[in-house]
Amino acid sequence: MRLVNSIKNGIVIDHITKGRGLRVYHELKLDTIENTTVLLMNVGSDHLNKKDIIKIEGDFDLNHEILGLIDTNITVNLIENEKVVKKIFVEVPEKVSNLIKCQNPRCISHTDDYAKPVFTLVGKNGELQYQCSYCEEVTKVKFK
Amino acid sequence: MMRHLIEPKDLTNDEMLRLIEIGQRIYKDPQAYHGVARGKILASLFFEPSTRTKFSFDSAMLRLGGEIIGFADANTSSAKKGESLADTIRVMSFYSDLIVMRHPKEGAPLLASKYSEVPVINAGDGGHNHPTQTLTDLITISQYKKTLENHCIAFVGDLKYGRTVHSLIKTMATFHSKKFILVSPDELRLPEFLLKYLEENHPEIEIQEAHYLEDVIHEADIIYMTRIQKERFFNEADYIKLKDSFLLDKEKMQRARKDAIVMHPLPRVNEIAYEIDDDPRSVYFEQSKLGVYIRMALICKMLEVGDYAAR
Repeated sequence: MRLVNSIKNGIVIDHITKGRGLRVYHELKLDTIENTTVLLMNVGSDHLNKKDIIKIEGDFDLNHEILGLIDTNITVNLIENEKVVKKIFVEVPEKVSNLIKCQNPRCISHTDDYAKPVFTLVGKNGELQYQCSYCEEVTKVKFK
Repeated sequence: MMRHLIEPKDLTNDEMLRLIEIGQRIYKDPQAYHGVARGKILASLFFEPSTRTKFSFDSAMLRLGGEIIGFADANTSSAKKGESLADTIRVMSFYSDLIVMRHPKEGAPLLASKYSEVPVINAGDGGHNHPTQTLTDLITISQYKKTLENHCIAFVGDLKYGRTVHSLIKTMATFHSKKFILVSPDELRLPEFLLKYLEENHPEIEIQEAHYLEDVIHEADIIYMTRIQKERFFNEADYIKLKDSFLLDKEKMQRARKDAIVMHPLPRVNEIAYEIDDDPRSVYFEQSKLGVYIRMALICKMLEVGDYAAR
């Protein structure tokens, strides 16, 4: 039995694949914010057998890149006055910065703080593959 | 907009052909270009050692009448004190009109170009790009084969780590090459991503992989040799077994076409026998020489002097 109130204004990260909710919670660093936050795990769902849900009350600058790297099943609902005003379907990001480290040990990004690479999606067959803007090597992303 | 040369594709094919044309013009009459870069300063920043590339750039700038500042070893620069590359480049770009840099880290010249107030030329970044070697290769092919198009090229040796091979393959593919023959041991095959790139972007080019040079040498218009380093092999026995099949000697040259040319980015160690140095098809030393002239043309372009001066 759930004893969680619906939120008035904020964000609901819905349809998280069962078991990945905690990962999303940590990657978004929700343990460091002041907002009221709740993580629900193993919730019954129409679409999936079970799912995880995160609710964040109030303003929060949500990083969609992180969500796209972890789980493309996610939908983000923006809530105003207890109503869903916008529904966003998360997609694998075409460009990613800051979240990935280049796998090439010879890449300048490992030794110079000024080198902040942008990674471009070049493949998503089973695993996500991102190409570094500096050394052009492809890094495989295993966020899941 | 300020131009940099970080990778071969920073130049269009037309720009490469123009550089070759001017390089060949300088080759015929270098004296006519003496003094075109007078009053200009080249910063030669070699964060790792180099013989040929550094001195060919130095020679090119001096032949154009310009001056050179810089270092040949990161230990004599403030990088040794922990200075970031961006800071070194910011300052050096105040002191010079053009920066030529080599760096062991891949992507370093791209980073430098973001903080430089003058054009940056990449003289090699790790195993990544070496665009002026590619230009040197192109002027050599053009000089001896008269055209860059429609050739069958055999790339021999270390095709996995050889940056000169990677750059040249991608560039020659855009000049309508007929066929690439890739001769290497399994351990040093051309990387999958490059094979995939060729398959997707240039399906018209025939690709053949081979283990033995003697089986395919008769087909090649251009034989591009590279150095196989012993440390790339898992064990010494494999190296000893394979090294001879990647050695170009008189016997193998007998099977080569009469009008073929043999190229090598140098230094060679034991992949080309000294006995074929006198073969008129061996052009690797001339290739090194042409490298100075194409770099003279490139310096003119980047400084907008000589044939590239604003009219």
